[in-house]
This record gives sequence, C-alpha cells and structure tokens, in this order.
Amino acid sequence: MNELLLVFPDPAPPLLAQTLDLSGVRWKSVGNAAIAMQYEPADGWNGAVVCADDDPEGAFTLCRTLRKGDSRVESILLLITGAQLHDLEHREDLFDDFCLTPFHPKELEARLRHLMFRTGRSGSPEVASYGDLVLNFETYQAAVHGKPLDLTYMEYELLKFFVTHPGKVFTREQLLSRVWGYEYYGGARTVDVHVRRLRAKLGEENANLIQTVRSVGYRFGQSRWPASPPSRDI
Amino acid sequence: MERQNEYVLRTVEERGVRFVRLWFTDVLGFLKSVEITPAELQVALEEGMTFDGSTIEGYSRIQESDMLARPDPNTFELLATDEGDTAVARMFCDIARFSGDPFDGDPRQVLKRNLERAREKGFTFFVGPEMEFFYFRSGATVEPLDTAGYFELTAHDLGSRLRKQTVLRLEAMGIPVEYSFHENGPSQHEIDLRYTDALEMADNVMTFRLIAKEVAADHGVYATFMPKPITGAFGSGMHTHVSLFEGDVNAFHDPGDEYGMSKVAKHFIAGLLVHASEICAITNQWVNSYKRLIPGYEAPVYKCWARNNRSALVRVPLSKTGKNESSRIEFRAPDPACNPYLAFSLILAAGLRGIEEGYPLPPEATDNIYALTEAERLAEGIGSLPGSLRDALDAMEHSELVAQALGDHVFENFLVNKRREWADYKADVTPFEIARYLGTL
Repeated sequence: MNELLLVFPDPAPPLLAQTLDLSGVRWKSVGNAAIAMQYEPADGWNGAVVCADDDPEGAFTLCRTLRKGDSRVESILLLITGAQLHDLEHREDLFDDFCLTPFHPKELEARLRHLMFRTGRSGSPEVASYGDLVLNFETYQAAVHGKPLDLTYMEYELLKFFVTHPGKVFTREQLLSRVWGYEYYGGARTVDVHVRRLRAKLGEENANLIQTVRSVGYRFGQSRWPASPPSRDI
Repeated sequence: MERQNEYVLRTVEERGVRFVRLWFTDVLGFLKSVEITPAELQVALEEGMTFDGSTIEGYSRIQESDMLARPDPNTFELLATDEGDTAVARMFCDIARFSGDPFDGDPRQVLKRNLERAREKGFTFFVGPEMEFFYFRSGATVEPLDTAGYFELTAHDLGSRLRKQTVLRLEAMGIPVEYSFHENGPSQHEIDLRYTDALEMADNVMTFRLIAKEVAADHGVYATFMPKPITGAFGSGMHTHVSLFEGDVNAFHDPGDEYGMSKVAKHFIAGLLVHASEICAITNQWVNSYKRLIPGYEAPVYKCWARNNRSALVRVPLSKTGKNESSRIEFRAPDPACNPYLAFSLILAAGLRGIEEGYPLPPEATDNIYALTEAERLAEGIGSLPGSLRDALDAMEHSELVAQALGDHVFENFLVNKRREWADYKADVTPFEIARYLGTL
C-alpha cells in the first residue's frame, strides 16, 4: 500500500477530497507537520497538496518542514486564493506549482499529474482495492479474496476503470470512449455485454459491485454523493 | 495493440499458463487449434504463427500454402478446465497470407468485412442464438440418455446436470447464458446465449460447441449439433435473434408502430424473406439440415413472418413495453451445425440489402397459411425454403448477394465442397431404400 498523497488541512476541503477520489489518487489528510511525520509511508509521501486559504501560517510551516530533512517531498502543489498571491513572494522554494482556489477539478488533476510526471512518481498507484477485490496494475491481475479472476483484456481494463473511479455514475458512451476508445465494432451495447460478463466473473457475492443506474449507465461501488438516487441493480 | 499484447504476456507469466491454443475456423465451421508454449507467444503476437494452409478445408491452394495465424489479443481467455489441471489459454486468430495481407478465405475475416459494411451505414449488429443439441450415449449410434428402455431417473438427471455444468463453464469463460432448459426431443437441450456483437458471438458459438462436447465427453456421453438426428422427433435449430443499433439506440424499435417495429426492422425482415433461399446453403449447410426443415416440427418451411407463429421463418417476439433495447427479430432457419461467421455474415447482408433497396414487408402470415395448398400459397406470394442441399446450392450459386458478402474465395470453395457432398449422398444407397424396396421390388 504505497503511493500516498499528503493533503493539508485535516479534514480536507470537500471539493478537494472529491477531486482526488475521482482521479483515483490515494491520499491522507494531516493537520500539521508532526502528524505528517507520524503517518509518512515507508517509501515517503508521493507528493503533497497544501491548501493555504484558511490557515496560511500553518500551510507555509508545513511546506517548510516538508522541504527539510531526509523525507523531502518532491512535489508540493499549493492552493491559494487570488488575494493571497503576494504571499508567494520569497516563498518560491516552498512549492513546486500552485493553483488558485476555487479551482477547477480538471486543472487540479492536470497540475498534479504534471508534477508527478516530473518527479518520476507515477501518481497512480500500482495496486487498487475495493472491499475484497484487489487489482495489481503492474501484473494486470485481479483477485477476489486472493483468488485470481480470469479476465480478458477489455474486462480487466473496464474493471480497472471502475475500481479507480468508485462511486461515480458513467454513461455507456463515457465508458466506451474512456475504456475502449472509439475503434470498436460493438458500439455502446458492448458496455452492457462486458458488465454482464464482469458480474458473472466477480461471482454472486460481488456481482452487485457494478450497479445499473436506470436510464443513465453504471456505477461501481457505493455512491458517495447524497444527491444520487439509491438505485440498485435489476 | 501493444498494451493488449503486454496484458496477454504478463497474464501468461503470472498465472503459470503452460499452453496457449490459437484457434481459427475452416470454411465449414470446424474449429482448428494450434498449441504453442509461452516461449513462442511473443513472436506469435508480433508476427503470427506460420502454418500449412493447404491442409485446412477451403483455405489455400497448394502453391501458396504457407499462411499466418495472427492471435487477436482481445480474445485471450483462460480455458475453464477442471481444478488442478494445467492452465491453458486460448486466443482466436485472424488468418493472413504470408505477405501479411488478410486472407479472404478466413471466415472470421468475412464476418469482419460484413460488419464493417454495416458500420459504414452507422449500424452495429447484435446477435443472440438459441443453441439446441442432443446428448447421446456415443457418437456412433442414436441412443438418447432419457428414453433408454424404461423410466430412468438417473439417466434423465445426467442430461440436466451436464447442461448445468456447461452453463457454469460458459459463464466462467465470460459467455453469459440467458436461459437453458430441456427441449422437446428425447435428451434434447437448449442453451440460449445472451446477445452480443456478432463477431464476439461467432467466437462464442465456436467456444460453446467445444465446451458442450467436452463436458459431455468428461461424463462418457456425446453431445451433437447434428440438425436432425432422430427421424420423427424435433430437430436442433439455432434460432438467431438479431437487432441493429445506431449508437445507443435500437434501430428496430418504433413505439408508435402497431408491431413496435421501425421501418429499418421491416425492411430487414423483407430482406431476409427475399434472400432466404439464397443464404440457406450457408445457414443450413448439410444434407441432413434439410431433414429438419419439414412441416410438423416447428421448423420453418415457408418464407413468411409472424408474431406468434413458431413455424414462421421470421418471428417478431413481443417486446416488453418501454424496453426498446429488447426489440429484435428471430430468424429461425439456421441450425447449430452452421459456420456462425458465415451465417451471421449472410443474415446481415440480406437484411442490409432489404434496408438499402427499401423492400416492402409482406403482410403477416396467418395461422391458416399451413392449411393452404401449394398453389394457394404461391398465389399469396409465399414461397418455400429449398427442399434439399442441392436446391439450396442452386439458389446460392445464382446469388450476387451471397457472392459479394462471402467474397469469391469462400463462395467458390464452399460450392465445390458442397457439390461434392451432394454427389456422395446421391450415390449412397440408404437404409430407407433397403427397407422400403428390397423386399417388394
């Protein structure tokens, strides 16, 4: 369980938490440098997103600590408001990139990916899990309760997409374009076929991990958004 | 493609796969398999495996016998075998000439070409076949499992148990099953595969036939897809449910129509009815196929369509209200011993021709159509399907539609092969003749 992103403050602002979840990043929010040390993974933090709008003092102190010592964090993304821009002066060494809040989720994701790319950290983890289900991205293997699943390539890719985007509803077209690309004979109904096959392979116990959201599409795992209807599979 | 190849190579390594079977199909629909070890896999994925095409029915002539089998990494699947067995995987192959050009005699290629034609018009073609078959005690004699002498509970149980095991193995291999049940004939069973796009379904039908036979063989019995194995009993069909989608929309559905059918669906049905005789040699390709296509056993004989009449050639199942994706039509001629790649190709080609040319849909057949005389039926414009393989071959030989859809190579090879089969049959003195004539003539 490596590749953990540090997030400040604790608890993380809701929109930030959502954005990170949806981009498949594993993260942990911390309130100060001492707690950051305490929870630091064996191979170090993968990076940090430090939100400075509420508590600029605490934020800059944390950044300073993360820049010192053996456990230097290579990628620090600072979130500040437009009114705080002047605070950046003489603090250029404390962050690698910054993003104005309120931020656009896509922009945050893109900046984060870019930072990870520069430092050679993948940003996305090698292993993802949901309940009893574990996917190893490096070996392309999926297992339930440690028992490997026999998947075809596209079944694996679809499951990987689901596991890294839990709780969100996707239409068939979205899944088709993001998992398959457009070069495929089957069209949107292909998604139904693959979901049906994945459910069969996941076994009865886990088949309902992939839920049909009536006249919309599919969702993997439990909904995180209160607004979503609690629709179950047919 | 590189990521798919990487996936296959890593999975073989991680899962300890010892053998990879490369599958392809000859012109008659027989499954061919080349087994390679993981050491050869990378080269096979990148360059294809060389094999001698002159040994495969309907493939190349002697002077160009070297061919390449190119595994399609999207079809990589671990074969569900009994626990503890050596891990074995399979991939379907596309066949190429040694120069690297796709080989036009490869049935999978034929289907891809036809699907491409549909896609140019904005359609994707979905297929859901109902596979009927018999269990017999062996492949040598016609001896059903559940009419052996007197009421045998255990023997009867075996058939249903085999069917259940077959379904479980299909599901484990990612081939979902819609329904399965005991059919009309003695030891006759039916397994309905859940619809998917036609290319994948043709692959699935090939896998299905193998698994059904393997499960039976594991229990010392025999599964057969022979269209009519028992005189006087129901034959085995492969009723094929088809639909066209335009993106996410079922192009066969029209909620405003009295039948719930769109114009596209009506022209498609008309296309099937007009060209049914021409494509029959492919959907029903054996001498024996025509012993199924006779009145009295719910097999289609007349080229007509209906909603509820199960003897009609095309049936329009009632679709549940509001479920537009389930709108489909059922083409009832094919039998499970066909080559699914070629059969799906021609069903599609006939339907598309109906759409392109705007063929009008004749009126729905009424029940009494079966009570009419031949002359009365002809007066209503209702013809019959070919009565024999020979009649079907004659109709196919004159069909520009079939020649175009199959391509010259398959078209010519198939006709030569089947004319030979008919000549052999015609020269054979059958048990029927001995029983009927020897004692009296």
